[in-house]
Amino acid sequence: MRVVEPRAGLGVAIAATVKRDLTLMLRRRSEVINPLVFFALVITLFPLGISPAPALLAEIAPGLLWVAALLATQLSLDALFRGDHDDGSLEQLLLAPQPLAALVLAKVLVHWLLTGLPLALMAPLLGLMLSLPSGGYGVLMLSLALGSASLSLIGAIGAALTVGLARGGVLLSLLVLPLYIPVLIFGAGAVQVITLGGNAAPHLAILGALLAVALMLAPWAIAAALRISING
Amino acid sequence: MWAFIHKLGSPKWFYAIAMRLQPWFWTAALVLLAVGSVWGLAFAPADYQQGNSFRIIYVHVPAAILAQSCFIALAAAALVFLVWKIKVADMAAAVIAPFGAAMTFVALFSGSVWGVPTWGTWWIWDARLTSMLIQLFLYLGVIALRGAFLSRDSGARAASVLALVGVVNIPIIKYSVEWWNTLHQPATFTLTERPAMPPEMWLPLLIMVLGFYCFFIALTLMRTCSEILKRESAKRWVRELADEAPGGKR
Repeated sequence: MRVVEPRAGLGVAIAATVKRDLTLMLRRRSEVINPLVFFALVITLFPLGISPAPALLAEIAPGLLWVAALLATQLSLDALFRGDHDDGSLEQLLLAPQPLAALVLAKVLVHWLLTGLPLALMAPLLGLMLSLPSGGYGVLMLSLALGSASLSLIGAIGAALTVGLARGGVLLSLLVLPLYIPVLIFGAGAVQVITLGGNAAPHLAILGALLAVALMLAPWAIAAALRISING
Repeated sequence: MWAFIHKLGSPKWFYAIAMRLQPWFWTAALVLLAVGSVWGLAFAPADYQQGNSFRIIYVHVPAAILAQSCFIALAAAALVFLVWKIKVADMAAAVIAPFGAAMTFVALFSGSVWGVPTWGTWWIWDARLTSMLIQLFLYLGVIALRGAFLSRDSGARAASVLALVGVVNIPIIKYSVEWWNTLHQPATFTLTERPAMPPEMWLPLLIMVLGFYCFFIALTLMRTCSEILKRESAKRWVRELADEAPGGKR
């Protein structure tokens, strides 16, 4: 990998972080694929546990798909900073002259590209298995793509807070899941509204607004949390 | 004024002032709670629809108000601790979080008990109940995160960041839950559209709310003082204090 000058501009540093994380993740394919398998597996459990009747499944499909995607994102979060923490590169990130919030945003972007986006692309297939009404697929993908970006940002705060702990997994869920609720409400709401024949635009607009707020505030919280986890 | 605030940041001064204030708040809390509960439970007129079961309001509403105020107080203490590194603020935050969680639980539980005679069910997914439940989870998260760290200082700072993240999120969660509820099913029963209460009903309620606040302040002062003694136990002034106490060296 090309060595980047330490005093390089912010754009170069962000590009280098994105490239490094993408390379690392693509070499560890199972970490990319596991959340997707988990997503499919959880969706398979619901017809077995509730009822295989298509009418019932169609009614609850938006919520099931969204909750399962949310949990899949959640499970992949623990690895977001864990590897970098263990091999010491997280400390290098903290020492970099560029603002930590921006570099952290680059890491979250990669997490979304390799977790949230694939989940959104895979969701229609699982929607088909849950006999989601035909009008809902586009909105399902769009709402998951938009919403999972917020989930990655919010979840990264929790991941940064727990990265210093030996076993942070369950604690991470406890911290982050309550904060996911607004995204879940509007994401699942968008799909529900469109399958009932309504207009999903207001829901998607609010998902976008949530993402804008998360983009603005979360990087600072993630950076502060990482500093606590590393220095404390 | 600023000098006074600076002095408050020192555990020794805070301890002295808190110990002097405590008896006043304990007395006020005791008097207000006694007057409010006797008035509310025995003398206030029964509700013309709900009968005597409405008297749960005298516990439920103050607990619910306090549960929300506690989170704001927790976030304020967290901010003071993170920005100015004032240790006393963190000691207060450590004390407020479990109290806030307890009040949230009391509000949920009393609401549940109240729901049986009025709504005919222990739980409905009403917007207020749901957002209160989520708030309980946020409190539990803050408490759990503080306990998870081996070093007290890291735990304190991590819990402070989470409290601030939580306080930004609470309004968002509250409004989205309200919207969710109106989208899915309009609330069958609302607490908000109660007929206006006559003064002999709301006056005891007001007294109870004030009493709960005084109780909260008194308990927070007391527990912060014991937290100060625990954390500063190696300091000279604490040792001198222990020596002067009955059973001490002097």
